Amino acid sequence: MSAEAIIEAKAVSKWYGQFHALKDINLTVHKGERIVICGPSGSGKSTLIRCFNRLEAHQEGDITVNGIELHPKMKNVADVRSNVGMVFQHFNLFPHMTVLMNCMAGPMWVKGVSAAEARKTALRFLERVRIPEQANKFPVQLSGGQQQRVAIARSLCMQPAVMLFDEPTSALDPEMVSEVLDTMTGLARDGMTMVCVTHEMGFARAVADRMIFMDAGQIVEEGKPDSFFGNPQHARTKLFLSQILKH
Amino acid sequence: MLYPDTVEAEILVHKPWFVATMFGAVFAIFLAFNLTSTSFGELMRPVIGEPSQSGLYGRFAIAFVIALLFVLNVVLIGFASLRVQIAIVWFELLLLFLAFFATFHLSLPFIWEKLPFLISQGVVTTLYVSAISIVIASLIAILGAVAKLSTNGFAYAIASFYTSFFRGLPLLMQVYLIYLGLPQLGFVVGAVPAGILALSLCYGAYMTEIFRSGIQSIDRGQWEASRSMGFGFSLTMRRIILPQALPVIIPPTGNQFISMLKDSSLVSVIGVWELMFLARTLGQKTFQHMEMLISASAIYWMLSICLELIQSRIERHYARSKVR
Ligand SMILES: Nc1ncnc2c1ncn2[C@@H]1O[C@H](COP(=O)(O)OP(=O)(O)OP(=O)(O)O)[C@@H](O)[C@H]1O
Ligand SMILES: [Mg+2]
Repeated sequence: MSAEAIIEAKAVSKWYGQFHALKDINLTVHKGERIVICGPSGSGKSTLIRCFNRLEAHQEGDITVNGIELHPKMKNVADVRSNVGMVFQHFNLFPHMTVLMNCMAGPMWVKGVSAAEARKTALRFLERVRIPEQANKFPVQLSGGQQQRVAIARSLCMQPAVMLFDEPTSALDPEMVSEVLDTMTGLARDGMTMVCVTHEMGFARAVADRMIFMDAGQIVEEGKPDSFFGNPQHARTKLFLSQILKH
Repeated sequence: MLYPDTVEAEILVHKPWFVATMFGAVFAIFLAFNLTSTSFGELMRPVIGEPSQSGLYGRFAIAFVIALLFVLNVVLIGFASLRVQIAIVWFELLLLFLAFFATFHLSLPFIWEKLPFLISQGVVTTLYVSAISIVIASLIAILGAVAKLSTNGFAYAIASFYTSFFRGLPLLMQVYLIYLGLPQLGFVVGAVPAGILALSLCYGAYMTEIFRSGIQSIDRGQWEASRSMGFGFSLTMRRIILPQALPVIIPPTGNQFISMLKDSSLVSVIGVWELMFLARTLGQKTFQHMEMLISASAIYWMLSICLELIQSRIERHYARSKVR
């Protein structure tokens, strides 16, 4: 692939105390690429993507995001974070602000955009996730699926170079899962660079350029969706896929 | 409000067993005391004749009438709407208190004569001493809370020493320490500034703990979301964490304010002419202690009520984002 690398992780290791949570991770995310990470619970998927915007610190190896290297003494972490959107399992909207304000806050307070400008951007992205009519409500007044779509819009308002999703649908009721996945599929179609931790294999098959399977802090297998689902190489991948696709 | 159910509960005070129990209890209590020689006896004279000679019949009749009036009152209030109920019960309790104070036979003219000075000198001093102290204490509390949550050893040590010291020493001692101790170091402070300093430091220590627990009550996810958008520490604190912590912080802080209002009377030991000091001294000359003390108490109470009202307004403001 020749496109420029947005995220580059080289030989990354991370420990929680004695516990080795990430072991020698090498991963490059290119511009426009859609990557889906899956793996059993506790395998380090969240830890890995949280290292990409330095919500977590890695101890060994290098992570470079948008050309900026992440390290403990960095001064410009805000530059990295405002370029990396993150969507959480539990939405984490700001409950004391309206939906509109949730979306306006980032551009106004980090980028210094004027209120009018921020409002226009916010409404555009709320339109895009198809809930402009909820703009003046508070997050608690929305359903789970709507809240997650607001969270996506909130991240998009920062016009990030890459979006990270950490199991965005696993706290949702089944009928709300598809509205969020539809939004994400739309984003993928528009060329957004995405790294998604998810167990929604239908979504993965449809949008992923590359599948990554993690177990016990390591990348065990990676490949194109076709070969990944059709012909997994590793026993652990096979076992995991057979379990997750059983239902 | 507790979580309100949408199914209306039966009204407790209209249930026969409750009414009967209430009647029985009130009746028994008043039967136990002999009220024939009090003003109740006088009021009942048409029914029971000469109160002092009415004996057991008089006692029985008085207790019966009181219990009947009481039960009737409660049952009738039970029919009213929530707001009216609250208003009536407040009014009746207040009336009972006034009746109680009436038995002291206070000299109203004396109160009227002294009241203007009590207010213009005492209340004004009390108010501005507490108001300034409250503002300073809040500022200290924010700094202290952040320091106590920080990973900076110096900040944590200073903040924890401060809260430990000022929560551990009696406020009176702190007032003396500042008023009498600081001049030893070469800083001579006036009585009013010393009082304000003591109150601010003491309440700042308590409020540090309130603010700290409020900040800690906010979900980690809020920090993560805020940080992941690129907000720095102080922006996250000011715009994301503190606004959400405020509803948790406000009720106990309101408590502190009310309690400070009254504790400000301690600064009278260093000669500040605040409300309590004046109440004690004004009544001394003529031995009319109760007049002034009761007036001062009433004033304290009214000031507290004002604070309570302000607090409930603020709470309502912050409750907006919680209702569906
Ligand atoms: N703050 C922490 N302190 C200590 N251990 C942690 C911490 N956070 C995560 N871990 C451990 O690191 C491992 C990886 O955690 P992580 O949350 O990345 O897993 P995951 O793959 O996202 O799992 P899930 O699918 O359940 O979300 C787990 O074994 C977990 O117990
Ligand atoms: Mg996870």
